[in-house]
Amino acid sequence: MTAHDSAGEPSAVRTHEAAALDAAIDDLLAGGISWRETAHFAFETLRTNPVRTLLTALGVLIGVAAVIALLAIGRGSQESITSSITANGANLITLRPGASTSGGVRGAVGESDSLTMNDAEALADPLRAPNIALVSPEYAGSAQLVTGSNNANARVTGATPVYAEVHNTTVEEGGFLSEAQNRSAENVVILGATIATTLFPDGGAVGEQVRLNGQNFTVIGVLKSSGGTGFGSVDDGVIVPLTTAQRKLFGARAIGGSWSVSTIVVQATSAETVDAAAEEVATILREDHSLPADGSGDTFSAINQQTILETVTQTTQLLTLFLGAIAAISLLVGGIGIMNIMLVSVRERTREIGLRKALGAKEGDILLQFLFESLALSGVGGLAGLILGSAIALSVNLTGLVTVSLSWDVALLAFGFALAVGLFFGIAPARSAARLDPIVALRYE
Amino acid sequence: MQTMIKVRDLARTYQMGDIEIHALRGVSFDIHRGEFVAIIGPSGSGKSTLMNLIGCLDAPSEGSYELDGLPVELLDTELLAAMRNRKIGFVFQQFHLLARGTALANVALPLAYRGGISSNERMERAAAALERVGLGNRLDHRPHQLSGGQQQRVAIARALVNDPALLLADEPTGALDTATSAEILGLFSDLNRSGMTVVLVTHEPDVARATRRLLEIRDGRLMRDVPTSEAWASQPTPTQRRRRLPVRQQWRIAP
Repeated sequence: MTAHDSAGEPSAVRTHEAAALDAAIDDLLAGGISWRETAHFAFETLRTNPVRTLLTALGVLIGVAAVIALLAIGRGSQESITSSITANGANLITLRPGASTSGGVRGAVGESDSLTMNDAEALADPLRAPNIALVSPEYAGSAQLVTGSNNANARVTGATPVYAEVHNTTVEEGGFLSEAQNRSAENVVILGATIATTLFPDGGAVGEQVRLNGQNFTVIGVLKSSGGTGFGSVDDGVIVPLTTAQRKLFGARAIGGSWSVSTIVVQATSAETVDAAAEEVATILREDHSLPADGSGDTFSAINQQTILETVTQTTQLLTLFLGAIAAISLLVGGIGIMNIMLVSVRERTREIGLRKALGAKEGDILLQFLFESLALSGVGGLAGLILGSAIALSVNLTGLVTVSLSWDVALLAFGFALAVGLFFGIAPARSAARLDPIVALRYE
Repeated sequence: MQTMIKVRDLARTYQMGDIEIHALRGVSFDIHRGEFVAIIGPSGSGKSTLMNLIGCLDAPSEGSYELDGLPVELLDTELLAAMRNRKIGFVFQQFHLLARGTALANVALPLAYRGGISSNERMERAAAALERVGLGNRLDHRPHQLSGGQQQRVAIARALVNDPALLLADEPTGALDTATSAEILGLFSDLNRSGMTVVLVTHEPDVARATRRLLEIRDGRLMRDVPTSEAWASQPTPTQRRRRLPVRQQWRIAP
């Protein structure tokens, strides 16, 4: 110690010494490396080992890309299925001939089992069925449509004017079917949006002639695109008067003086009365077809949209979750890859760690440096995975097979999960690095 | 003269299973500012243990150690790290340079761990340190582009950059040829002449001869503490040694 020339008493000397010591200790505690500098060391290491860095990040990259792409595809399918179901209205009951079974598979359709126009009229009777608002009898088939230079195969639905209201379809150009056209079975057709573009690429379909299974039809309208690509989308179909479909196009049978139909779609007065309406439908049909009242001999099946929606939603959600879980596992494997490389790196750089400690690195500094390394690995992998996953999802979208639904929350979740994986699997190697004894580490061969 | 190192009854005991190993059994000495000291002794003598203690890399089991006025035996690991950073400049046998960094980056490393110094100032100070060891024209060279002697000079520059109280070198010439060793020892002498306190730990008498004071450790104890000039004075020269041999053997060697 330097001499204390001003100190008079021993106690004063001691306090002076203590104060000097405190100051020296405070000086030692002050400063230290900033976290930015430590991060810089970490990035420097990653930059000087580009191949190793890329390969390690690749594990996380694939994991994140898989999570994002699979969840986007899963969600997209879920949304498109849901929307194509709800596009038709949630308060609909679809009746088809044939007994319903638990699996939804219909049995063989016998002649006597057919649904007819009489059934449709009976269901439309507000006295017998107060909870039914609208009844749309339909007859579906498929036909080839030909114009001068183009042709297309399309689903043809014979419908009544009620169809538009029941199925929520809107006409983009021209008009919908009229009662008069239906009564006199006119050869008029309304084209779905996609079909209209196929047959008339330059537009101006309304008023033009189309040959439909060899007969001339006049286009009176084009439907607005529903956007959905799920099953039964109206975009890919055309609509003709029900009577035209039954009598001229598909040769439907007349049973007991009433034309048969392939489907009757019943709209309940509201979503809440769907169950009541379904009861009424069953009662009326059993009475009119002389079937057992307990439903054991039903020759028709009634499918409630609400039930389908719930089942489908449940199924697709489960599927999405399942896809996500598989992808998450690959992300976890990527994390293990990081841990593996970091452990090797700690071992390989034992002497470097020893040196850094000898030069004044504290345990926390070393810990942080290695944590930054694993975080940077998972961060870079996560970011690249984000881009790759989105690209995959978008290119799947372009193929038109499935509509994907990319969302920020999934992207952030996947990226956050990647960082968490990096942190979690980085802790053990970083701690083992921080705890190295500098004496041993410096001598490590 | 100001006392730089004050060691009192310093002991270090390792526990290996049930066996206690007394690597150091109570050593006392003072080293003043500006001294040039060699700690010598055969392997297993405890000189490495002593070096680790002086270097604040290890804590003593007993005794006290004061470095530049600070009671090292009372400091925790955080403070020991800070002591190593501020007070001690290490030079190792194996140089221990970071292979991917330039000479400048290697030398600037202790300043980064000190903190509170701007990047520009760090680089300036590192360049100045390299200048001081005669490598002012090798700032951007990487270790593999330098000779062994040059690498050790970079390591010495790194040890000097934080303006330490003590330069502590562990077998600094152990990996170098004789000519280069002489150069490096000359550099240590120059640094010592400019006021730096230097402690060399070595088992080579030739290296120890470059210093001015000798601390000889044997079996964990300080056996000798003498000026280097006197250490070998009493030892026989090769010719003297031959004369001391028993007559019979002498007869056999020189027919």
